[in-house]
Amino acid sequence: MLGMGAGRWEEDMSRLLALLFHQGVLDEHFMQLQQLQDESSPNFVSEVISIYFRESEKLLRNIRTLLLDRECTDYKKIGVYLNHLMGSSSSIGANLVRNVCVAFRAASEHCNWAGCLRSLAVLEHEYCYLKNKLHELFQVYYIQTICMHSS
Amino acid sequence: MALAAESQFHVLAVDDSLIDRKLIERLLKTSSFLVTTVDSGSKALKFLGLGEDHGSASSSSSEQLEAEVNMVITDYCMPEMTGYDLLKKMKESSALKNIPVVIMSSENVPARINRCLEDGAEEFLLKPVKLSDMNKLRPHILKGKCKEQQGKNNNNDDRSSSSGSRDIITTNASSNLNSTKRKAMDEGLSPERKRAGFSRKNGNSLTVL
Repeated sequence: MLGMGAGRWEEDMSRLLALLFHQGVLDEHFMQLQQLQDESSPNFVSEVISIYFRESEKLLRNIRTLLLDRECTDYKKIGVYLNHLMGSSSSIGANLVRNVCVAFRAASEHCNWAGCLRSLAVLEHEYCYLKNKLHELFQVYYIQTICMHSS
Repeated sequence: MALAAESQFHVLAVDDSLIDRKLIERLLKTSSFLVTTVDSGSKALKFLGLGEDHGSASSSSSEQLEAEVNMVITDYCMPEMTGYDLLKKMKESSALKNIPVVIMSSENVPARINRCLEDGAEEFLLKPVKLSDMNKLRPHILKGKCKEQQGKNNNNDDRSSSSGSRDIITTNASSNLNSTKRKAMDEGLSPERKRAGFSRKNGNSLTVL
């Protein structure tokens, strides 16, 4: 009974992953994270993702703060933060967030304040979507693991 | 048939991004390397034994280092000291110039890539780095060991303990070098990388003392 449960969760996980790949939210580098996890490093994926969440939220907050005053927006600094977010997103396979950063960076290079605000809104939205989906993925993974161990 | 036990090589990874440090550490460990990570070029130089002014090595003998480093892999874009700056400083140091350096970058800028390769980097990897990229590293380390060995032979020195009692993989070193170069060309990197001073005088095999 529980063995069948594990199978069902595995299907859910595969379906969720397939959806995220199809949407371009994740790419193959996310799968590489899984490959790097093994007995010697059993929590690697969740560790890296946790760091990613923490750092990304700090970067997003910093960028929002920089855009508060239209008159003295430091576009160069926004660019630096975006590069950092782009790099880490790319490293974990967060393809869509990375692409939004690229568009945002273009707006910052043109010192386009309104464009930056719009890009930030899109970025925050896509980041939230990613975070929710990854949480869902981990939940399914943990339940599946429990089911497997119980059978 | 000169087969020797596979040694564990020690790689120093330099990256200001915590996530990328975690990733490269895992990639390297999965590929059986010993790893040390630091978050800046200046910390890397310090670890390698270069003094604060970066002009003098604390000792010319690597046995004074806490742990021998067989390769440095560094991010290009870092604040204060870029990966390129680190490469230059290492090549200017008699103690460090023979340590192979690999540079990583998330940006595919041909001029940047060529400059790094021409100034002594062994390889330029595009981020995100893949597990398969790790296969490109060992040939460069072995090539470095070969150069070190030739240097010692030319000076008629006994093999110093800086090389330790390491055994060296002798087979396939040269074929790996050729395939690495081909891969570099395939990826659009400069095929005309000049490696001053490199010659394979001893052919394909190395004598293990």
